[in-house]
Amino acid sequence: MSSTTPTTSTSLAVTAAVAPPIAGNTDRSERGGSGRLGTYALLTLGLVFMVAPFLWMVLGSLKPDAEIRRVPPTWLPESPSTDNYATLFDRLDFPTYFFNSTLVAVVVTLGNLAFASMAGYALAKLQFRGKRLVFGLVLGTLMVPGMATFTPQFVLVSNLNLTNTYPGLILPFLVAPFGIFLMRQFISGLPDELIQAARVDGAGEFRIFFQVVLPLCGPALATLSILTFLASWNNFLWPLVVAQTEDKYTLPVALALYSVGQNRAEYGLLLAGATVVVLPIIGMFLVLQRYFTQGIATTGIK
Amino acid sequence: MTTSAVDTGARTPGAVVDGPLRRAGKSPARRREARTAWILCSPFLVLFAVFTAGPVLAALGMSFTDIRSTDLRSPLSVGFVGLENYAQLIGDDRFWKALTNTGIFVLLGVPLTMVCALAAAVGLNSIPRLRGLFRVGYYMPVVTSIVAVAVVWRFLLQPDSGLANIVLGWIGIDGPRWLEDTTWALPSLIAMATWRNLGTLMVIFLAGLQMVPTEVIEAGEVDGATRWQRFRYITLPMLRPTLLFGAVITSVGYLQFFEEPFVMTQGGPLDSTLSMSYFVFDQFGFGNYGYASAVSYVLFAIIVVLTFIQFRVLRERD
Repeated sequence: MSSTTPTTSTSLAVTAAVAPPIAGNTDRSERGGSGRLGTYALLTLGLVFMVAPFLWMVLGSLKPDAEIRRVPPTWLPESPSTDNYATLFDRLDFPTYFFNSTLVAVVVTLGNLAFASMAGYALAKLQFRGKRLVFGLVLGTLMVPGMATFTPQFVLVSNLNLTNTYPGLILPFLVAPFGIFLMRQFISGLPDELIQAARVDGAGEFRIFFQVVLPLCGPALATLSILTFLASWNNFLWPLVVAQTEDKYTLPVALALYSVGQNRAEYGLLLAGATVVVLPIIGMFLVLQRYFTQGIATTGIK
Repeated sequence: MTTSAVDTGARTPGAVVDGPLRRAGKSPARRREARTAWILCSPFLVLFAVFTAGPVLAALGMSFTDIRSTDLRSPLSVGFVGLENYAQLIGDDRFWKALTNTGIFVLLGVPLTMVCALAAAVGLNSIPRLRGLFRVGYYMPVVTSIVAVAVVWRFLLQPDSGLANIVLGWIGIDGPRWLEDTTWALPSLIAMATWRNLGTLMVIFLAGLQMVPTEVIEAGEVDGATRWQRFRYITLPMLRPTLLFGAVITSVGYLQFFEEPFVMTQGGPLDSTLSMSYFVFDQFGFGNYGYASAVSYVLFAIIVVLTFIQFRVLRERD
């Protein structure tokens, strides 16, 4: 209280001419101080809600079942052990699921990087008949509910004999309208002069794309690859239906199928499984978090 | 230097070299440009035609037939039934249950997620330190696989030993049997969806808040507006486009909610968490492809109409 008085009086002296209600002014600056503390308190409370489930998951995966079920629950494991992980890796073929998840996510990401930047460049910088129609298709597709295409997509894939194959898992996601939208927005912001100058210098159209435009797309490509990789890694329903034997399961599919049925009560194993699915992506997120949030803001605003 | 000459060339009649040719659209350079554009778009167009446009039209077609999973290998036995599937929907109690649940999920979930996300964004925007830490924490559920989330949340919501009821017990509340209770199962899923999705909206709102010019807010402060007044009458109106975008993407997502009931409750207990998408999936599982497609088109129509209405309502006052 007393410590704020001098500051208030000096600020009063400065702003007296501008701000008429003196009492209101004092009141506000005081509330600013306690208000900030309150903001921190509320944000911290929120943070606890958001992060506690993860903490509980990782700590629980290091406990035996009985300890997990204890009432009232405890946080820290009494004697942390990796038994759950050992059992889980023994029972389930995690290296295979891990490989499948990674393979599908990497190919889907590469496809989106290539095809979305190509189409995004054409839509942003090239003049051609039908451009509006193509962009309209991109935007329209963003609205189609996943479930509306789900059934016929599955019929199509099974008619092509692609169920339970990698192409069946990958092809439908190889280029997403979201990626084209992102790349178009980014490339639109690059100066036209660069492209014109390259044309004047006699560079071919493809050379301009590969050697002038693409090298400038680093931030957008980084964002796109992270978001695509993430979406593919967490994709669940499609691989659940298309992957029919264990050698084609992805991590979420394996965990989902394991967590229903009679294993429902094997708490420690399930928490260990959830940790195995989540940790790689959280690690990636922590390292690259700037690009994650940038990408959302970019596509979100314009 | 060269560039500005080319740029103005398109507009000023004086610059003969480029101007008329551009308009005629017949210069070899123009044609080369168009050809390049189509080549660059072709992978997208081919994949789009096969895996999106085809299926969307096929679903529409299938919704007018009695196609079942057994007809897949012999398409000739499929019969045209007109609007029969749609008529059947009207008398289907489960369809109405799914529609109601989806309505509740959207009506409660969208405002709840938006308010939480906006509060978090405003909070983050007003603090000088630790912003990165909070942002990472709030965003973490977004990057997490729903299957893993479900495993953890099923524990948290357990009636006797779950963290939720134990915390409620501290303040003297005897918590319900969340996922096993027909009243509380859907609200549990709404809470989970809010937890999972508010990070996305928070990041979008935060970007929007940073575009609100500080001079305007300071001007309000000088005029004696309280913190709340400044937020209500300056920040919120300037945030309108961002809020609109947030409302649209959240509604479109929540209208299709599927994964939450799929991993948590399988639509139960007693269909109390059955959503439209879940109903489509169910019918698909039963092999009723025609009927499933009809339901998915009803959902599609609802999404388009609701998006349209949101644009109308939120843009009105501009």
